[in-house]
Amino acid sequence: MSFREQFVIPARFRMWSLILMGVGLVSILAGYFIYGTGDEHHQARFWGTLLYNSVYFLLVVNASMFFICATTLAMGGWQMSFRRVTEAISVAVIPIGIISGVILLALVLGHQHHIFHWLTPEGDKILEGKSGFLNPTFFIVWTILSIGGWIFLGAKMRKLSHELDNREPLSVAEGRAYIFKNTIWGSIFLVWFALTVASTVPWLWLMSIDAHWYSTMYSWYTFASSFVAGVALITLFVIYLKNHGYLELVNQEHLHDLGKFMFAFSIFWTYLWFSQYMLIWYANIPEETVYFKHRVQGPYRGIFFLNLIVNFIAPLLLLMRRSSKRNYTLLVFMAVLILLGHWIDFYQMVIASIAKEHVELNFFDFGVAAGFIGLIMWSTGNALSKRPLLARNHPFFKESVIHHT
Amino acid sequence: MAIKKFVVGCFDDEKVLFPAVKKVRKSGYKIHDVYTPFPIHGLDQAMGLRDTSLHTAGFIYGITGTTTALSFMGWVFKTDWPLNIGGKPNFPLPAFIPITFELTVLFSAVGMVLTFCYLCQLAPFVKKHHFHARATDDLFVMVLECGPKTNEEDAKAFLASVGAKEINVQVAEADWWLGRYDKEEKLFEAGKTVAHS
Repeated sequence: MSFREQFVIPARFRMWSLILMGVGLVSILAGYFIYGTGDEHHQARFWGTLLYNSVYFLLVVNASMFFICATTLAMGGWQMSFRRVTEAISVAVIPIGIISGVILLALVLGHQHHIFHWLTPEGDKILEGKSGFLNPTFFIVWTILSIGGWIFLGAKMRKLSHELDNREPLSVAEGRAYIFKNTIWGSIFLVWFALTVASTVPWLWLMSIDAHWYSTMYSWYTFASSFVAGVALITLFVIYLKNHGYLELVNQEHLHDLGKFMFAFSIFWTYLWFSQYMLIWYANIPEETVYFKHRVQGPYRGIFFLNLIVNFIAPLLLLMRRSSKRNYTLLVFMAVLILLGHWIDFYQMVIASIAKEHVELNFFDFGVAAGFIGLIMWSTGNALSKRPLLARNHPFFKESVIHHT
Repeated sequence: MAIKKFVVGCFDDEKVLFPAVKKVRKSGYKIHDVYTPFPIHGLDQAMGLRDTSLHTAGFIYGITGTTTALSFMGWVFKTDWPLNIGGKPNFPLPAFIPITFELTVLFSAVGMVLTFCYLCQLAPFVKKHHFHARATDDLFVMVLECGPKTNEEDAKAFLASVGAKEINVQVAEADWWLGRYDKEEKLFEAGKTVAHS
């Protein structure tokens, strides 16, 4: 059996990625002239849209590297047949990380205090009390360190994987040493991931918009959101490549497992969503309920419950059956729905805190999102075309070929 | 309850068992069951068994639990004994969700365990015929069911040709019956009529 190991970017794929990136650029420019030059509410809307889009897509592509490292530590072998796809998606952390970093620094250095009230804590007892954590210096240093850490450690993991190309298969002793080295670097990434995505980064980048309010569930909630969307993105690329005749070794068993991930982590997300909501609802303390006031009882009510339907009810009912997790069409539909649903989740996390009076979801939001989607397509396509699609010398490769649920 | 005649072949390697299962099915013998010391991936497909409907049953038990929890709590707190708890509405859905979740899990878990035991014919004080004691240790036991036209000698020869190490013919009860393993009792005696399905 011969394999198509070299991905050639289809002309339509390249065209669409460029068109989407163009749409994104035009939207950002148009948004700048419509919102960015206006009063501070309009400016907040402009920067808020850039903020949630860049952070969402950055965390989604970064979830791909989390997937690699978590499966490495779990000694997983089943994902090895599409390992190069997850690696290629994680390359997008570099461009999107730089864009997000620039936007975040611009927010702080440009004193967008309508978004980040903590930039001017003077006279506010609560914000002064939090200023040890919420201050521009720490924000800037930690943002650069976080994104730099993901880029560096991700590149290290990819380099370890590419070392196996164009060489003799590993001996047993070499294989052991190789797996051990992977485990070490994978665990370093995961520790860094826990210190950033699973704790401080959502506090700094997103939760600090409501600077007075806090929730201990928030970072886990953000992580769950980005991870389930990340798995949906992996699924989309795997199915796209399969439909174009690549990845012959990926079969329904692997897709079934990806479907299980989408199903399970949708429920995990709901668990965190509900834990955050119910405790605040039950305790009914004004300084906590302020976060949900305009979301549940205000103009964002529709989006708030749409969020729950798209991200919980739909995956629960549609992905429950075994046959639906093995159906390409349904998986594609669900992956797109989950990506859209968690994008809306990030939208309401950021915009509902900035513009509390009225809901505005228009060309600007969709245009910026399209730009990032184009960027992910472009970056992933390029990364895929540079390396063989099969990590055939990896010690666990055979495990993935004979994978069976 | 049906007493039937079986041709039993024992294999000592799953690598031999898989092709044997395929060959036996191809040549038209009816496989009663294959007993293995551990679960073997893919054997159910090789044997041509249909997917279990245990998960459908689990879903039905689950939604039964959901409706039980919600309707009972709704009845208690809205109709039977309304209480003002912390100024919350009488039907405070978020507060009911954890209990609803627990009851959903409880109903589906208990229901599925009982259904599983029923499907596998496992229960206390119930006995099932064992074709070979070493099926729980290190032997893969394939049991062919004899129909009216099955020639035992041919079946034995065929099992030997596909790699069975130990072959014998047993007349036994196919289903479960009330009884205990510590008391020797046989529902079948030599000379009793053998039912053919």
